[in-house]
Amino acid sequence: MTTRKEHGTWRLKVGLSEMLRGGVIMDVTTPEQAKIAEDAGAVAVMALERVPADIRKEGGVARMADPEIILRIMDAVSIPVMAKVRIGHFVEAQILEALGVDFIDESEVLTPADEEHHIDKHAFTVPFVCGARDLGEALRRIGEGAAMIRTKGEAGTGNVVEAVRHMRKIQAQIRELTTLPEEEVYARAKELRAPVELVRWVRDHGRLPVPNFAAGGIATPADAALMMQLGAESVFVGSGIFKSENPAARARAIVEAVAYYDQPDVLARISRGLGEPMKGLDIHELEEQELLQSRGW
Amino acid sequence: MRIGIVALQGDVREHQTLLERLGVEVRWIRREEDLQGVEGVIFPGGESTTQRRLLKRSGLWDRLRAEIQDGLPAYGTCAGAILLSHVTDEEEGYGMNLLPVKIRRNAWGRQKESFEAPVRLVNEEKPFPGVFIRAPRIQDPGEAEVLGTLEDGEPVLVRKGHLMISTFHPELTEDLRIHQWFLKMVEEAYETEKS
Repeated sequence: MTTRKEHGTWRLKVGLSEMLRGGVIMDVTTPEQAKIAEDAGAVAVMALERVPADIRKEGGVARMADPEIILRIMDAVSIPVMAKVRIGHFVEAQILEALGVDFIDESEVLTPADEEHHIDKHAFTVPFVCGARDLGEALRRIGEGAAMIRTKGEAGTGNVVEAVRHMRKIQAQIRELTTLPEEEVYARAKELRAPVELVRWVRDHGRLPVPNFAAGGIATPADAALMMQLGAESVFVGSGIFKSENPAARARAIVEAVAYYDQPDVLARISRGLGEPMKGLDIHELEEQELLQSRGW
Repeated sequence: MRIGIVALQGDVREHQTLLERLGVEVRWIRREEDLQGVEGVIFPGGESTTQRRLLKRSGLWDRLRAEIQDGLPAYGTCAGAILLSHVTDEEEGYGMNLLPVKIRRNAWGRQKESFEAPVRLVNEEKPFPGVFIRAPRIQDPGEAEVLGTLEDGEPVLVRKGHLMISTFHPELTEDLRIHQWFLKMVEEAYETEKS
């Protein structure tokens, strides 16, 4: 008898997110960087043409990476490979799925392709991650089929302040929901502009129905542990590793910082002698139109 | 009963939820001293490359290996199954080689090949909901006893003595049977020790 198999179910999508918990997902632009990330203990890599810091610097329209780069990175490592598509660009997503990418990031770091609609992520076999700044945005993305949420933070700055703001906001809104009486759920859903059944789920369980990771500005082991202590279940590190002086050592230290996020003695040991972190940007020096986080709705 | 979950990376929470539902005290294992008083240990799903690096750096790799060789019961799911077995597609010593089972990583393919399929359990009428995520494949169960197969007969749950592995994730379902089996294994291990 042959085995009846079901692919692309919600359980398989969220299941892969669960498998990535307590890990670090690192941005890489070459097979060599991907290897360094894997050797350091990354749970997955994000295959990119340019890291966010360079996208910010160089400007222009940022699009899905060349499939050639993504395929070479997929060949180089055995861990899951993620890649980014522009918000609303479902054809870029179709291409990544055809390439066999393990996870798609519908990302504000790239230039949006649709200013009204995000991708219908239920239509795909491969799981999606999306950024969010608050609970309503997170639940709208989950309603569209995102199997993982990450804070948006402010990518490419090496400054954790926005990721902290977004994580605190989401956690505070979740806490507030847990005490909400049933008759107030409808009005709150309307206020959050989120599906009522998801709002009720969060009220009943006290967490998001999919893992909630941190991203956008994490540059040091202490930043990673901070996000974990604030309630993140894993971290994405973008420019923070390969824009630093010693990427391999920094990558290893951030992996350990996520595993031992609540143990200051370990954090103190692993934070030593890592060389210069990426330089970073003060958020207040950025103009409103330079912010990536306000892309997506 | 006190069960440890290796909690360096992966789906620790899901195992914890099922174990607590079964009335077990759960301990997270991240350092050697966490093993104190633990009667059985679970290796969760996640990324085996990440988990083994953290196990090695913490000293837990050697310590767990010694304790399990000494009789500590263990159960590994997916990545955990890889770490306890003999891995054929990586350098020698990728796994702990504690089970005489030959296993291959990501052997079904990438995420789009991940699947759900019913698992047939020995002596059980009702199939088990099998969740296979970038799962490894058991190429040769060796002397281990096959406790669960896919419908085509491929082994996906095997046991030898005080060690059990599954290439799928019971912890992602509501079905408690395999965790119950593991707890029974732990009880048996200590009864044999006493007698």
